[in-house]
Amino acid sequence: MRSGGFFVFTHLPEGNPVNAPTTVLEKHPPATAPVRERLVVIGNGMAGCRAVEEILARDCGRFDVTIFGAEPRVNYNRIMLSPVLAGEKAFEDIVINGADWYADNAITLVSGDPVVSIDRETRTLTTRSGRVEPYDRLLIATGSDPFIIPVPGRDLDGVVTFRDLDDVDRMLAAADKGGSAVVIGGGLLGLEAAHGLALRGMKVTVVHLMPTLMERQLDEAAGFLLKSELERRGQTIVTGGDTAEITGANGHVTGVKLKDGRTFDADIVVMAVGIRPATGLARAAGLAVERGIVVDDHMVTSDPAIMAVGECVQHRGQCYGLVAPLWDMCRALADNACRDEGACEQPTGYAGSVTSTKLKVSGIDLFSAGDFSGGDGAEDIVMRDASRGIYKRVVVRDNKLVGAVLYGDTADGSWYFDLLKKGEDISPIREALIFGQAFANGGPSLDPNAAVAALSDDAEICGCNGVSKGQVVASIKGGACSLDAVRSTCKASASCGSCTGLVESLLAITLGDEVQSGPKTLCKCTSFGHDDVRRLILEKELKAIPQVMQELHWKTPDGCASCRPALNYYLLCAWPGQVEDDQKSRFVNERMHANIQKDGTYSVVPRMWGGLTNPRELRAIADVVEKYNAPMVKVTGGQRLDIFGIKKEDLPAVWADLNAAGMVSGHAYGKSLRTVKTCVGSEWCRFGTQDSTGLGVKLERMTWGSWMPHKFKIAVSGCPRNCAEATIKDFGVVCIDSGYELHVGGNGGIKVRATDLLCKVATEAEAMDVCAAFIQLYREQAHYLERTAPWIERVGLDHVKAGLFDDHDSVTRLAARFRHSQLFCQDDPWAARAAGAHADLHQHLAEVRPLQMENA
Amino acid sequence: MMVGDWLDIGPVDQIAPGTARTLPVVGGEEIAVFRTQHGGFHALVNKCPHKQGPLSQGIVHGGVVTCPLHNWNISLKTGEAQGEDKGCVPVIPLKVDAGRIYLLRAAVLGQRAA
Repeated sequence: MRSGGFFVFTHLPEGNPVNAPTTVLEKHPPATAPVRERLVVIGNGMAGCRAVEEILARDCGRFDVTIFGAEPRVNYNRIMLSPVLAGEKAFEDIVINGADWYADNAITLVSGDPVVSIDRETRTLTTRSGRVEPYDRLLIATGSDPFIIPVPGRDLDGVVTFRDLDDVDRMLAAADKGGSAVVIGGGLLGLEAAHGLALRGMKVTVVHLMPTLMERQLDEAAGFLLKSELERRGQTIVTGGDTAEITGANGHVTGVKLKDGRTFDADIVVMAVGIRPATGLARAAGLAVERGIVVDDHMVTSDPAIMAVGECVQHRGQCYGLVAPLWDMCRALADNACRDEGACEQPTGYAGSVTSTKLKVSGIDLFSAGDFSGGDGAEDIVMRDASRGIYKRVVVRDNKLVGAVLYGDTADGSWYFDLLKKGEDISPIREALIFGQAFANGGPSLDPNAAVAALSDDAEICGCNGVSKGQVVASIKGGACSLDAVRSTCKASASCGSCTGLVESLLAITLGDEVQSGPKTLCKCTSFGHDDVRRLILEKELKAIPQVMQELHWKTPDGCASCRPALNYYLLCAWPGQVEDDQKSRFVNERMHANIQKDGTYSVVPRMWGGLTNPRELRAIADVVEKYNAPMVKVTGGQRLDIFGIKKEDLPAVWADLNAAGMVSGHAYGKSLRTVKTCVGSEWCRFGTQDSTGLGVKLERMTWGSWMPHKFKIAVSGCPRNCAEATIKDFGVVCIDSGYELHVGGNGGIKVRATDLLCKVATEAEAMDVCAAFIQLYREQAHYLERTAPWIERVGLDHVKAGLFDDHDSVTRLAARFRHSQLFCQDDPWAARAAGAHADLHQHLAEVRPLQMENA
Repeated sequence: MMVGDWLDIGPVDQIAPGTARTLPVVGGEEIAVFRTQHGGFHALVNKCPHKQGPLSQGIVHGGVVTCPLHNWNISLKTGEAQGEDKGCVPVIPLKVDAGRIYLLRAAVLGQRAA
C-alpha cells in the first residue's frame, strides 16, 4: 500500500447505499433542495471520522462527504499504536472504519494525497497532486505533529517520531535488527514506545528532561515508583537528561549525547517529547490560529463555513492531546452542523473536558486525573502500601474531589474520575474516600475504623512479623497503650511499618480516648521517629527521598521543610557516594553555599586551615571586598574572615576570585564541619606542649566538607591554659606533655556546656583516629539538627564510650567509614558553582524595567 | 510589540520542580516565581510578611514555601502565613500557556513603590 503515491476510493451514491435515498427525499423535496451540501473533511484520523459518524447518525442524507487523509490507509485508532508496537495487537485489530464503511455511507476517501491549500474565496481546496475539490462546509481535523527538538543530528536516518503506522513500521524494522534504542521523552508516548521496543528485544534508554517521569500526569512519588519499576524491567531511565546532539556515522544515527557529557549508543532514536497542533493549512488560509485553530463551542472557526475538531483546535484557550475530549467535541459539532436552518434552538455546544490519563504499559497500573498541584485549601489524602507497591493520592478542595493520582491499584480510577467530573460534594464519604468505591459506598459505616473492627481475630495485621488482629488487641488490652508500646510488645508495625494505620485503628477501637501518643516522630509527615527512619533506610536499602516516603508510608505527598533536609542527610550518611544530594531539600545556606542575612544578601567565609592565613589570601579577600563593595568584613569566633553583603548573583564570581588565590569554601553555612580553631602551640608559645596549630590544620584537612546532623566545631589548644577554648567545642583537643586529652560534647551556644573528657591518647595519629571515629558515631546516630551536646545528654557519655571503645577495633572501623565517606565530600562546592554549575540558583529569571513595560 | 495584559517571563523549564527563581522589578518589589513538585506555578512578592525574608530561597513542599529566615510557612496560592502565624504577602496572578509563564502586567506594575 505504501508506494509514495496516492489512492482514491470513490463510492458515489448512485449505487444506492443502504440508508441514503428515501430519507433524503423526505427531508429535501426535489423542488427545494436538489443538491446536497458538500462536506469536505481534511483528516482521516479519529477526529475527522468520528465527526462524520456523528453527523451521519443525525442526518445521513444532508451531506455529500469527502474525506482527505494524508496517510495511505483507512481510519484507525491511533492510540492503539502502542499495543501494535508492543506486539499485542495487529493493524487489522485497530482499524475503526474499514473500506466498507466508506462505501456503505457513500463517502469519498482520498488517501495519500495531502491537501496543500484552502481557498476560502472560491471555497475549494487543492491537493498535492493538483486535485481541486469544492466544498460548502469544510471540516479541518488535521490533528497534531510530533515536536522535533532542534538538536544537531535530528535529520539522521534512524531518528523517528511516534505518531503514525509508518513510524511503528520503522521502529519494528529497527527492532528486528536488535541493538540499542534511545527514546527522548519520558511522557506517556515515550514510555509506551520504550516499552514496545524493550518487548521487541532492544536495549532501551529513556532520556527525560525533567526530574520526574510523566511530570504532567504524575507527582514525584508516583513518578519514582514508575521509574523503579521500569528500571527493574531492564530499561535505563535518565531523568534530568538534556539532549545536546544526536550523533551519527554515514548518515545513520549512532547515539545520543547529553549536555552533561553522557553518551548512549543507539541504532534508533525515538523523539517523543510532545506534540503541536497541525495548524499550517488553517493559518495559511487566514483562519484565526493561536496555539491551535481557534473554535467556538460549536467547533466553528473564524470562518462560519469552516469547522475544526480534535487535537488541531484551541477551545476556550485549551488544546488537548488526548482522545477523550474528541467524543464530546464531535457531538457538539454534529449537533450544530445538522441543525435546521432557522431552528430556534441553539445546541448546548462543547464546554471543554476534564482529562484523565492511563499508561498503556502492561503490568503497570497508573492513573491520573485533574489537578494535583495541591496548595492552599487543598487537602491531600495519601495512602501507601509499600508491600504491594501501591501509592494513592486524592486531592480535595472545598469538599470536592479535584485530582487523583493512583499507582499500583487503579481499580477506583474511573470512580474518582466520575466524582471529579460531576463535582459532587464528597464530605459524606470523605473519611473513606481513599479506600475506594467499595468501601466508601458499601461499607457498614463510613468510619474507616469500622473496616478494621469488622476483621476477624485471626486476620493478619502485620505481615512482616506474622501478628494477627487478636494478638495486637491482646497486647493492647495487656497494657500497650501507644503505637510504640504495641511495637515493642507484639512487634506489629515494628518492621516495615505498612500496617501502622491498622494498628492505630485497633488502638482507637480498643481504647477510645485512652490511646497515648507514641515517641516523638520525625515530623508530622510520618509515624516513625528519627531512629526508626535511619534504621529502616539501612535495612531496606532505601536510596532516594521519594522511596523512603513510599516505603515508610509518608502521610504527605512530598514531605515538609523538616523531613526533606533530614532525609537528605540520612541518605547521604547511610550511602556515601551512592545517592544523589537533593538540592531542593537543602536549607538555603547549604543550597547557596553561603550564609543568608536578614536583608537577603549573603556572607562568604573562605576556609583558612586551622586559622592560618598568608598575604596572598588576605590580598584576595581585600580585593573581593573592594570589587563587590562588601559593606563589612568581620573576624569570626572560629578564626576566619567573614565578608558580608554579597548578592546571590555575585556569589559565583566572588568564589572564582577566592578560588584563584587558593581558597575553598569554609562551610560556615553548613550542617557540617565548620572550623578548627587553634592556638599557636609549641612552635611559638613558651607554654606550648605540642604542635597544636599543626594538628589543627591536619584535623581540618581530614574533616572539611563532611555533612553532619548539625554544625560541628573543633579546637586544639596547645596546653591546659586552653586559649583555643577547646572545652566548649564538639570535639576539643587539649595538648599536655604526655600527649593529648580528647574532649567531646561542648557547646558555647544558648545553653553553655563544657565538654566531657573522652580519653587521653599519646600520639597525633591516635588523636586523629579517635576524632574521625567520634564524628562518624555522631553522624550515624544523632538525630538531624541535634548538636553533640544534646546528643550526649540524651544517650549518655557511657553509650558514646561504649560505641568507641568496647570493641578493640571500633575506632578503626568507624574512622575507616568516615574516611570513605570523605572521598565523596571533599570537592570544593564553590569551584563547581564558579564554573557554572546550578547557575539557575544565582541568576534572576529576567529583570522588569518600568520604561520597557510602559512602552511595551 | 503588542500591549497585552500579561507579561511573558519565559519558558516553564527555567524553573526546576520544587524551586523558585526571582524577577526584580526596577523601582518595585522583587517577585519570586515558584514551581511546585507537582508542576504548579505561583508568583509572590519575594518578601516574607514576617521579616521580609526572601521566600524564593525557601524549601517548597506541597503548596507551601518555608521562609529561609524564621521558618514561617507561606501559602503559594494565597500568600497567607499558615498555622499560628499571621500575615500575608501579595500574590501576582500567573498563567501558563503553551509552555510559557505569564504574569499579570498590572499586578507586576502594581508592586512598584508609589
